[in-house]
Parts: sequence; structure tokens; C-alpha cells
Amino acid sequence: MSNIPGELKYSKSHEWIRINDDGSVTIGITEHAQDLMGDMVYVELPENGATLNQGDDCAVVESVKAASDVYAPIAGEILEVNDALGDAPETINSDPYGEGWIFRMNPSDSGEVDALLDANAYEELVASEG
Amino acid sequence: MTKQTPLYEKHIEANAKMVDFGGWDMPLNYGSQLEEHKQVRSDAGMFDVSHMTVVDIKGDKVRDFLSRLVANDVGKLKTKGKALYTCMLNENAGVIDDLIVYYLEDDWFRLVVNAATREKDIDWLQKHVEAFDGVTVTEREDMAMIAVQGPKAREKVYAAMGEDIRKATENLKPFHSVLIGELMIASTGYTGEDGFEIILPAKAAPFTWQMLLEAEVAPIGLGARDTLRLEAGMNLYGSDMDETTTPLESGLAWTVAWEPAERNFIGRDALEKQKGKVERKLVGLVLEGKGVLRAHQKVICDQGEGEITSGSFSPTLGQSIALARVPANTSDGIEVDIRGKAVPARIVKYPFVRNGKSCL
Repeated sequence: MSNIPGELKYSKSHEWIRINDDGSVTIGITEHAQDLMGDMVYVELPENGATLNQGDDCAVVESVKAASDVYAPIAGEILEVNDALGDAPETINSDPYGEGWIFRMNPSDSGEVDALLDANAYEELVASEG
Repeated sequence: MTKQTPLYEKHIEANAKMVDFGGWDMPLNYGSQLEEHKQVRSDAGMFDVSHMTVVDIKGDKVRDFLSRLVANDVGKLKTKGKALYTCMLNENAGVIDDLIVYYLEDDWFRLVVNAATREKDIDWLQKHVEAFDGVTVTEREDMAMIAVQGPKAREKVYAAMGEDIRKATENLKPFHSVLIGELMIASTGYTGEDGFEIILPAKAAPFTWQMLLEAEVAPIGLGARDTLRLEAGMNLYGSDMDETTTPLESGLAWTVAWEPAERNFIGRDALEKQKGKVERKLVGLVLEGKGVLRAHQKVICDQGEGEITSGSFSPTLGQSIALARVPANTSDGIEVDIRGKAVPARIVKYPFVRNGKSCL
């Protein structure tokens, strides 16, 4: 079973969401998602300052095998993107919940944050997808 | 229900990520595709290619049959063991499959054809063999196939398989083979590295695989097999060519034997009509901008539109490469549509990589 930290929130499209002390949220893809994709070779980051609706495709992660969209799990503004992934996309494989974060957002609707999956619900989702 | 090769248990033991590949349950990778790719370029790796179809053609008129059936000329096979890469064409010169022909005995040739095309290939062979008295087509489902590739492949095969095998194969030139009883060892491959393709009885495959593991040959999945062959500039059937394209449009003109002029192979008339006015060609691309080239992305050039047929990230070059079918008069200054953005790419001669080194 892959690692699903209890303190994070999750989306059905396999992003994780960390709620920071300042109210911003940090987003990446789960260990399960990176494992399905395999070795990462390229990351297309969102634009700093962009305003997104929930569910917008805003980044792309590409492994040797395939390209996959990363979706905004909530609406809000992009505050920061992880430029270090440009030279080291493999960080998403080696440290998906840490240095492999993709972007940070300022949520525009805290209700959306509350409605995200918790670790248990995400674990069930992964199990149901086989 | 997917089929399993005789090495299925070995893949499970090694924790392979298994996928359905043309109806076969095959290893995609054993952990990291990139590591496996690098292992083959720098050392030695082995692939279970038992899903590929081994077909024995026997009879006094076997040469006549194959002269009619394939676009390259089996007349070039003058010494026993020699191998030939060729396409098998339909009447319109569309590619039914690409394959390797091995000359084993005067009345015995062996074909290795693709897995996904197995049924139509066998049907085609059976249909056309009727005109050749005494020639038989037999699929060898009792055989397995292991490819061992990489700069250290030979030495490691000898360490695993012993002195007799060394003696029988150490002077084997590229694209040759030897038969040692039921074992066939060929100096062919799909990676652009030195190495062997070994055809052996299915029941001997797990033991041989284990001996190779103990000689430190790493198992390599289909994922790395694809990036290795793309770097080596080798076509993949179903992606880079199929029945809607001819060898002349697929970078495979070199496999068509026009001489002798009287050899009437299937598809020749259609090819003769196309010769000199081919409208599309296959080219190699290197991405200059950011991103990864993938099959079916649109290629934008002054002369019209083209399409990527195979694309990936090249682990050896550290950039994205592709094969693409473009208008025949395309020169340079092209762009590729990656998710709506036009990204510049450069047309290059391929192979991209040979014997571990960049050819760019």
C-alpha cells in the first residue's frame, strides 16, 4: 500500500493538498499517482499569479511513459510554483509529498478545501481503483 | 484472458509491473524504466520477448516462397545462419508486418514476426504458401525468446551459458545466427547495442533466465525496450508503419530489393508506381523547446502538416526525440503542436544513439 499521510487532504484526481499556517495551500501529486506514471522527465508548471477555477488543468507532469494533467483541486490564485522541478522532475518520484510539491495557491473558497477527501477516503478511492 | 510467457513467474518474482500488451501479460518495468534504459546502454540487460511469433518455413521451394512474399531479397542470404530484416507487403505495398528472416538450412528458414500481428501474418503466409508445393508454415509456440543486449551482453551470456556457447558464437558477425541443437543464438536486436537474441525451447527458458540473472544481467521491461529502439532509430510496427503506409514512406526504402528486376514480390507493382514520387517521408526529430514529443502530435511545416509516429524522452540524450511522417519536401524549420503550443523542433538523421553514444 502506498504512503498516504494523514495530515494532508486529497482530490479524486490524485493531487494532495497541504493547508499551511498562513491559509495558503501547497499542492502536488500523490505517491500512488507518481508510481502509476513512472519516471518523471518533464513538468510544465502553472503561471505565477494565474487565477484558476476548481478542476482547471493547470500543470502537466510527463513521465517516460505518458503525459498527465494536474488539476486545481480548488479555486484560487497561484502564489508560487516549484521552479526546481524544471531541472529535477524526478523529485516528484523520490519525494512526492516534500520537495516534489508543484504549486502553492491562495484558496478563494474555504468550503472547497473542507470538502476535499481525507486520507481514509483517499485510501478507499485508491483501493477501489485497484 | 491474457496469455503468459514461460517467464511469467520470473517477472512476478522480480516484482515487475505487468501490463496487457497485445493480449500478453508482459513486464512494463521492474522498478525504474530510466534505470533499465541506462543499464542496457552501459552494461547488459535482458528482455523476455517470448510474445513474439517464431514461424518455421520448410520445404524445397522455401526460397521461392519467401522471394515472392517479402520485399527484401532472401537471395542475399548466402551463408547459413545469415539474417535479413524485411517488410511483408500487401498488393498495395502497405506493410503487413516487419520481420527478420533467418536462413537455417537450405530447406528451412525461420521468421520472427510481431506479437500483435500474429494471426494476420499466419493467415497471409498460409494463404500464399498453397502455390508452393511441399512448403509448410509452422508456428513454434513451443519456443521462447530472450534478448540480451548491451556492451557487456556477450561476456555475460558466456558467463551464464558456458564455454560451448562462447565457441559457437564469439565470431558471429552482426545479423548472423547459429543453431546449437534446439537453441538458436542470433546477433540481432532492437536496442542499437551489441548482444544476442536467443530462441530456445519454452521449458528451458526459466532456467536460462535464472542463469543470466546470476551472471548479473538485469531484467528490462517493455517500457525501456521502446525508448531504446526509438533512440536506435528502429521502426515499431503499428506506430511508425502499418498497412496504410509503404516502406518508401516509412524510412524503410533500404529494405526493398529492386534487383533482380524479375523478382515479382507481392506489392512490387504498387511500389514501382510510387517510386520517384513518394509524397511523405519518415524523419527524425529533436525537440528544441520544452516538453516531450509523443505519438500523434501534429507537425507544422511550410509544406503542410505531418504527424509524430513515435515520440518520447531520450534518456541517453536528455532531450525529447521522435520519428515523424511529414511531406516529402520538408526541409527544416518545423514546429510541433504540443497541447496547443507550437514548439520548435529540428529534423535530424537517425539513429539518434548507437552503441551507447549520441549520433547527433
